[in-house]
Amino acid sequence: MTSPQPRIGVVRFPGSNDDRDALWALAALDAEPVAVWHSATELPDLDAVVLPGGFSYGDYLRCGAIARFSPAMTAVAEFAEAGGLVLGICNGFQILCEAGLLPGVLRPNTSLAFVCRDVPVTVERTDTAFTARCSQGERLVIPVKHGEGCWYADDELYAAVEAHDQIVLRYAEPVNGSVGDVAGVVNEAGNVMGLMPHPEHAVDPLLGSADGALILASLVDAARERALAAV
Amino acid sequence: MRATVLVRPKDGILDPQGQAVESSLRQLGFAVDTARVGRVVDLEVEGSDPAAARAEVERMCEQVLANPLIESYEIELAGADA
Repeated sequence: MTSPQPRIGVVRFPGSNDDRDALWALAALDAEPVAVWHSATELPDLDAVVLPGGFSYGDYLRCGAIARFSPAMTAVAEFAEAGGLVLGICNGFQILCEAGLLPGVLRPNTSLAFVCRDVPVTVERTDTAFTARCSQGERLVIPVKHGEGCWYADDELYAAVEAHDQIVLRYAEPVNGSVGDVAGVVNEAGNVMGLMPHPEHAVDPLLGSADGALILASLVDAARERALAAV
Repeated sequence: MRATVLVRPKDGILDPQGQAVESSLRQLGFAVDTARVGRVVDLEVEGSDPAAARAEVERMCEQVLANPLIESYEIELAGADA
């Protein structure tokens, strides 16, 4: 018996530019990718949602601050509140933070330089829907490309995030000045994750690393389980 | 009614943009200790009641114009003492 292809939505905002890579990567990992337009007031029937990278609404005001109010984001927030799996990559991470679905905020890199290179990240948790295929402490090499990826939380919030074990990925070397070298976090419930590195750009070894496939394939696995449970 | 919102990086928050401006000013020979860079939002809001307008702009700041994690804001209403 063939297992069903989970349907994973990729929301396209004006200014998204990694949506096609995300759609391609999800298809390569045996999911059925579904492009969702930002003005959609309802999501189609989906098993997971990806918010792709880019510069939604030109990064006006603050990164992610405007996209947060798009109709599709209202639907995504409802989807997440109902326990749906949501992965935000780069600008998607920024949007999730601005929307209050993830803790903290992404600020300009402390160097003020745009960082565009492969970076090593360490897997801090493997018991999430996004990292189940990784091993604890595993070092992944995944590209980043951002000017505003410096994750910030004040002392109180950072202590709470650590206490709830919400840090999933940390940079293994300095990249952008993030508090605690945080590269990716989940919400307390564990169904929403955001990360600055781009797993969708590291799915085929031809491009230097296939480590990103571990993250996206974990998501596809978890989405497939949900699709099966719903049948 | 005209309202001006000043959004600033909160005290203690690292402001790399401000630091870059500060070092440029120093290079030009200006005696500058610190520079912090924020944002100005000019608004034309409906109604003539300053208290109501201020409350409305405060809601805008909390929801959109500032991120309370990292930014503080000040509201000035033109021609109002409120």
